[in-house]
Amino acid sequence: MLPEQASTVAADIDNLYFYLIAFSVVATALIVALIIAFAIRYRRREGAEPAHRDRENWKLEATWIVVPFILIIIAFAWGANLFVEVSVAPDDAEEIHVVGKQWMWHVRHPNGRREINELHVPTDRPIRLTLSSEDVVHSFYVPAFRVKQDAVPGRFTSMWFEATEPGEYHLFCAEYCGTDHSRMIGRVVALAPSEYERWVEAADDPLVSAGEELFHDMRCADCHTGEPDATGPDLFSRYGTAVAVEGEDELVRFDREHLRRALLDPGARVAEGYPAVMPTFRGRLSDREILKLAAFVEARAEDE
Amino acid sequence: MDDTRETDPAEGDAGPNYLRAGYSIRSWLLTTDHKRIAILYLVSLTVMFLVGGAAAVLLRLELISSEASLVSGDGYNKLFTLHGVIMIFFFLVPSIPAVFGNFLIPMMVGARDMAFPRINLASWYLYMTGAILGIAIIVGGGVDTGWTFYTPYSSTYANTHVILAVAGVFIAGFSSIFTGLNIVATVYAMRAPGLGWGRLPLFVWSLLATSLIILLATPVLAITLALVAVERATGIGIFDPGLGGDPVLFQHLFWFYSHPAVYIMILPSLGVVSEIVACFARKRIYGYPFMAGASIAIAILGFFVWGHHMFVSGQSVYAGIVFSFLSFLVAVPSAVKVFNWIATLHRGQISFETPMLYAFGFIGLFVVGGLTGLFTATIAVNVHIHDTYFVVAHFHYIMVGGALMGYLGALHFWWPKIMGRLYPERLARWSAIFVFLGFNLTFFPQFLLGYQGMPRRYHVYPQEFELLNVFSSGGAIFLGLGYLLPAIYLTWSLKYGRAAGPNPWGATGLEWTTASPPPSENFARTPRVTEPVYNYTGERQS
Ligand code: HEC
Ligand SMILES: [Cu+2]
Ligand SMILES: [Cu+2]
Repeated sequence: MLPEQASTVAADIDNLYFYLIAFSVVATALIVALIIAFAIRYRRREGAEPAHRDRENWKLEATWIVVPFILIIIAFAWGANLFVEVSVAPDDAEEIHVVGKQWMWHVRHPNGRREINELHVPTDRPIRLTLSSEDVVHSFYVPAFRVKQDAVPGRFTSMWFEATEPGEYHLFCAEYCGTDHSRMIGRVVALAPSEYERWVEAADDPLVSAGEELFHDMRCADCHTGEPDATGPDLFSRYGTAVAVEGEDELVRFDREHLRRALLDPGARVAEGYPAVMPTFRGRLSDREILKLAAFVEARAEDE
Repeated sequence: MDDTRETDPAEGDAGPNYLRAGYSIRSWLLTTDHKRIAILYLVSLTVMFLVGGAAAVLLRLELISSEASLVSGDGYNKLFTLHGVIMIFFFLVPSIPAVFGNFLIPMMVGARDMAFPRINLASWYLYMTGAILGIAIIVGGGVDTGWTFYTPYSSTYANTHVILAVAGVFIAGFSSIFTGLNIVATVYAMRAPGLGWGRLPLFVWSLLATSLIILLATPVLAITLALVAVERATGIGIFDPGLGGDPVLFQHLFWFYSHPAVYIMILPSLGVVSEIVACFARKRIYGYPFMAGASIAIAILGFFVWGHHMFVSGQSVYAGIVFSFLSFLVAVPSAVKVFNWIATLHRGQISFETPMLYAFGFIGLFVVGGLTGLFTATIAVNVHIHDTYFVVAHFHYIMVGGALMGYLGALHFWWPKIMGRLYPERLARWSAIFVFLGFNLTFFPQFLLGYQGMPRRYHVYPQEFELLNVFSSGGAIFLGLGYLLPAIYLTWSLKYGRAAGPNPWGATGLEWTTASPPPSENFARTPRVTEPVYNYTGERQS
């Protein structure tokens, strides 16, 4: 019933949540029990005593003003205290820039490495995200860390967290931002610090990151999601292999040339088992852009 | 047929009942009788509720599957916008004030009509203009900003009918202002002799508090939405930072209205429940001055908590903490209400007719909605659950569980007065239970979904959230059927229901001293109030 607890504050927030649940359950039980008891005891029936007007009693009124007040002040103070901790980043936090735009997250690491809809972070080290938006309001939300912050155009906002467990966690956009709001999702990958160093230092080919951006901008990922039931085939697992094409007995090799032809003349070779709905990008992509896309697909294929 | 205990205002000397005052369409469309205007509102609100409800059913059907199934992404966005805009601005905000406030306030204060009958009629025309715009937008392709119209999405990026939509809401806002104005003026100026402030039914107090909020807050919404339209139409920078504006300013202005709007929706129900509990427990409401005071306190506090919608919007940490504290305070008058209702049951003579079942249902759902409000007010927890299904569940408990149960309770309590007919009691009780269970099945799972992290307004969502969504959608089907039943048997009762008589519940209050349906003039002669309010236990004093 709880999402994983993968940050330093997650358990604290859950404890406060449990306090609120306990408080609510007791209060609800008390109220329901009183209502049921009175409803049975004082139900209208033949020969029942007539309704009796209770004397108004300001002490009773004061009780149910003061007691709830004290109980909620506890929740308030606890929450406010924890909020200060959740809001104010430690001084030594490492800064990563995140920009939201319809409908993807662009991430830039301190050394310049970029990624899209993914955020790699080291565990056990405080990370401060500086957020902004290129268009409308978005909200960067990682349930496993129990943190969320709006990315607002025209200003910088910030949030921080410290991941505790290596793993992959959901990244959601939590503020409604238009057509593909619910697809503006990704993952946060928490790596052990040494692995993170290796990851972030890995050569970041500008061709590849430009290709990744194009891949999202041209909406390739809408059909080539990589899931088994997607509209289009998973490019990254097929790249470099021999693939079957409708109406041809021979397998063809999925190389840069195959990719170029798929983009410019998709009807000519249709991947077997898929509908011929791949749109043509003739006139919409320059040769140089196709090169960038190819570099990206190739790099991702090697990663997998 | 008429209950002979009530001797004073027999139908004969006050003229025919208001339903028989004229049968032509014109006699309805040009009426200034507050009761007929209430009926006009009842019919139009019911239509809007069906439209908003149909959208909700489609949304829930889509969400049965984690993938896109029924509608496209844009289609989904338009549906939830439609659902929110219609249910909030064209149903919940006007609901009890425009129907039951209109019908009952003049009767409860012993007056012949509202203070400004023509303004009252004008308010319905404004409402209809807004509503027709709303329907026209649906037919013309919809709008996809969400009912919150957040900028700069609404002012710059959306390419749907935003200007028409805000125009519709703007116009409907003035219709609420007219209704609120009328209620305030009527309660201040038109009370019958002997009806001091301490003798007003709590329903009147709560509508007075509601009307004050309407008068103070709605103009802010109107201006804000007008600014969105101006920015969109002319490109003058107000909210879009690309044009030199500030998107967070919009959020402050919007919630300055829209948080109090929650109390516009819930306060009238609190008043309804007080009337019902007093009647079916046969007792004066316990702690009357505290109940009246709590309504006013909620109305005032409601104006100082808007920032709790913006804890993660980049507002300062200290502002957040102050807003969190003020939001907690709202729990105090809410608890006062609940405990005084319970104290009213103590040593009462309780019976369980349909309105009372709705009142019990209301209390249960209001308690859950209120307590989960503490979760959202707890600022550190809010960071996690903000804009998730937890919040969706919370406000549906308040606005549907609360406001709508109150509306249905009122409908069942005063239907015999309004139409002069009784509905089939047994069927009505079952449908009240059906609505209660269906409601919980629909919305309780959403608390769990929200804490697990499912964001709201998601057309597709990760597979792991599917099971709870299926439960929620299943509940929605029950709930939808539960709402249809009253529509059917109440309509049936118009022709076949037994005559109700002036006071079928044995209730106190001036509205029950006159015939059902009441004569056009309400009372044969101006009533004179000599008894304390809710005099169920029969004290005499003058
Ligand atoms: C509307 C959905 C859609 C979009 C958008 C789309 N594709 Fe495709 N794509 C398909 C489908 C379906 C196939 C398989 C049928 C075919 O080969 O024509 C395909 C096939 C391909 C192939 C051949 C794969 C193989 O295994 O033979 C490549 C390469 C490709 N797409 C690249 C891209 C790139 C790059 C983009 C973005 C610039 C893109 N696609 C956008 C639907 C789409
Ligand atoms: Cu979004
Ligand atoms: Cu609010």
